[in-house]
Amino acid sequence: MKVNHSFSHSEAACLVSRTRREFLRDAAGLVAGGAVLQASPFARGESVRKKRKVVVVTFGGGARDQETFAPEGQENIPHMLSEMAPQSSFFTHVTNKGILGHYVATASLATGVYETLNNFASVAPEHPTIFEYFRKELKRPSSDAWVVAPSNGFHRIGESEVRGFGPGQGARVILPKRLLGLASAGRDVDLEHLLHDNYETPLYTPVLAGGEVELHQMETILKLSVGDFASHARTLSSPDELSLYIAKRLMREEAPSLLWITMHDIDVAHSGAFSLYIDGIRRTDRLCAELWKTIQTEPEYAGNTTMFVLPDFGRDSDFDAGGNGFQHHRTGDAASRTTWMMVLGAGARQGVVYDTPVQSIDLVPSIGAMMGFSPSQSSGKLIRELV
Amino acid sequence: MLPRDLKAESFASYPPEARRIAIDHLETLRRLPLSFVPSLLRELIDYDYKFPVERSTIEKEISALKSLKDAEVHEWFTEFAAISLSSSLTTFSWVDLPAQFVEQEAAYLWSTHQLDSFRKAAKDYGDRLERLKEPEPNDLRRLGIAVVGRDVSTYDGLLFKNLRKHGTYFTSVSPQNGLKSLLAAVEKRAEADQARYAHWYVDGGSPVAHSDRITSVAYDALAPVRNSLLKRMQAEISRPGMGPEELRTVLARLNPADVGMEGNMDPVLSRFQLKLFTEGSGTQIYSTTFVQWTSREILRRAQARTLLVRYAPRQRQRPLNELLAGEHGEAELDPSGSLIDAEMGAYYHWINQQRLPGSEGSGFIAWFEGHNQAVAIGPSMPRGTESNSAIDLERLVSLVLA
Repeated sequence: MKVNHSFSHSEAACLVSRTRREFLRDAAGLVAGGAVLQASPFARGESVRKKRKVVVVTFGGGARDQETFAPEGQENIPHMLSEMAPQSSFFTHVTNKGILGHYVATASLATGVYETLNNFASVAPEHPTIFEYFRKELKRPSSDAWVVAPSNGFHRIGESEVRGFGPGQGARVILPKRLLGLASAGRDVDLEHLLHDNYETPLYTPVLAGGEVELHQMETILKLSVGDFASHARTLSSPDELSLYIAKRLMREEAPSLLWITMHDIDVAHSGAFSLYIDGIRRTDRLCAELWKTIQTEPEYAGNTTMFVLPDFGRDSDFDAGGNGFQHHRTGDAASRTTWMMVLGAGARQGVVYDTPVQSIDLVPSIGAMMGFSPSQSSGKLIRELV
Repeated sequence: MLPRDLKAESFASYPPEARRIAIDHLETLRRLPLSFVPSLLRELIDYDYKFPVERSTIEKEISALKSLKDAEVHEWFTEFAAISLSSSLTTFSWVDLPAQFVEQEAAYLWSTHQLDSFRKAAKDYGDRLERLKEPEPNDLRRLGIAVVGRDVSTYDGLLFKNLRKHGTYFTSVSPQNGLKSLLAAVEKRAEADQARYAHWYVDGGSPVAHSDRITSVAYDALAPVRNSLLKRMQAEISRPGMGPEELRTVLARLNPADVGMEGNMDPVLSRFQLKLFTEGSGTQIYSTTFVQWTSREILRRAQARTLLVRYAPRQRQRPLNELLAGEHGEAELDPSGSLIDAEMGAYYHWINQQRLPGSEGSGFIAWFEGHNQAVAIGPSMPRGTESNSAIDLERLVSLVLA
């Protein structure tokens, strides 16, 4: 066999999308979306909107079909495949046309604009975030929008510096690992396995100020003592497990209407160890299912919450000579740009697959339409199948 | 500065051979767009430390460019010329630091949504060069061998699942003297074809005894280099103003002597080994990643005719910051995780081998060390089949090249 990769980007992306749809239909018994397109399930009264909650989970940092939804990868995602997919509207063809770095891509998801900021700099998004639109238009307090983020590099993801929006008007950002680092300082506990900052640049951890305030917040908002937090953390095996733990506390104590959780265990793939990458996918699969169960059982969330699960982007194909397969997301090829999105819960049609091409920046306007705000500066489009 | 402003003095910092070629081809370089030239110089600046195949490739590429008429230059480089660059890139010291320029250019292309255009331009350029290539006759067909799973006693998973469809899966391979017979096959080929850097043996642990005719790289033997490099990295990142890009620039400028490699070593090989750590990701901490990346680079750069790689257990996962700091002394190993890493590494080994000329006739074997399972791929091997016939590895080597 001679290895070649002569597909154009768009052909390859369509192929990825189509095969994903066929895998899903076979594996989870889902139906094609075109056949059931009817009046929007989200067309509800204003009173329902007020109670509406949205949870966004980025399935990070990027996983490919052959390790997830393709037949050879399905063993890695048993929960998403058998428990979540049948309950979801599944979009097979989500394209990210922006910069494929985790912070900048997450910022793009959150603003609905392909951001061009430096992925490794401590800067705010260049456009208003979904959290700012949400709070400003719906006059919501800061407690109603939260981000749980993986690394110190994400600490400014909650709000832009755009005039009319900006500081104080976005989401509150909680960095579980930073909290744990503060909580365990000076204590004789081995929590290093939960504290490494990120995998794209493992040597760099931006230094943040204000630790005392954050520890105070942990006690007052999460109702969690420093000792209990550190003690519980010792029972966890990964940073994403820590993030889920904090997210569940937030849901219980604050019940934010807009909650954004960024996972990143999968990005251990940058180390080049395939088995660790697979472990990360399996863990994230389990954590997503656990979060979905929590949503269904927490009184504030059950029945009125829509959950979005989507990777920020994919990873390089095995067959692009410019990359090194699963290890990175540097080539910009179709495999690294084409992903999927799963939508579950309030208003989502169950067991439906849509292969309509959408972009990752379409998330913000679509959530805006669901919740009743207008992301005026977003360049994304409404996903009609959702609104 | 733009390419049209290039002068002989511009290349004063280049090593002797690279400088000679640049000066000999000044007129050629002056005709090319800035979005392209640093990519060429990035290869040229290391010419003195390149493998013979790489040197030949550079020479042929520059000769091909030199032969182009003005209209052809326009045709070949229209897409590159259409790429817009920032003023900071045009004023960058791209002649002296072409690799750093290319890295910054890539970031700029991402941020200005020009990456796809650049990729297309690069692909079209590569296709044009490919069409000019004349096949080089070589009687020795390429052979790749991946030995995986050292120290794993049992494995219940589906082994070599990506490779099986391309060849025959054997379930009754005799493991007796397996590694020895594979190395003997490599030595025999190295004896018959004495081209430099054509026959390689890579070990993720300590190498077993082998002929001097084989070029060898081993993870354990490079421990002092890794440790020296990691210490240097830790020292650099603690400096104010140091960021990822700055660190890469520092690493790119390192010489083998900077990390304790002895001066009497083969300069081509020592540079190659240093780059495995300064350009690879994860090679510094996981032996499985080191072997996979090394096999990729040997095939991409040296175009090895024979490449035997043997994976060894890597250390168990710990926080990356801790691994990079080289803390906690003796590392606990993860043999079963390493087998999964190595299985994927073997698949990438085969893919990278298939990218090289003569792929239709090449042979490949992946063997579970100490066990009875192997997959064999070659022009005469049935694909997607399984054989339970008793066979030894020496026979398997002859089969894949039959």
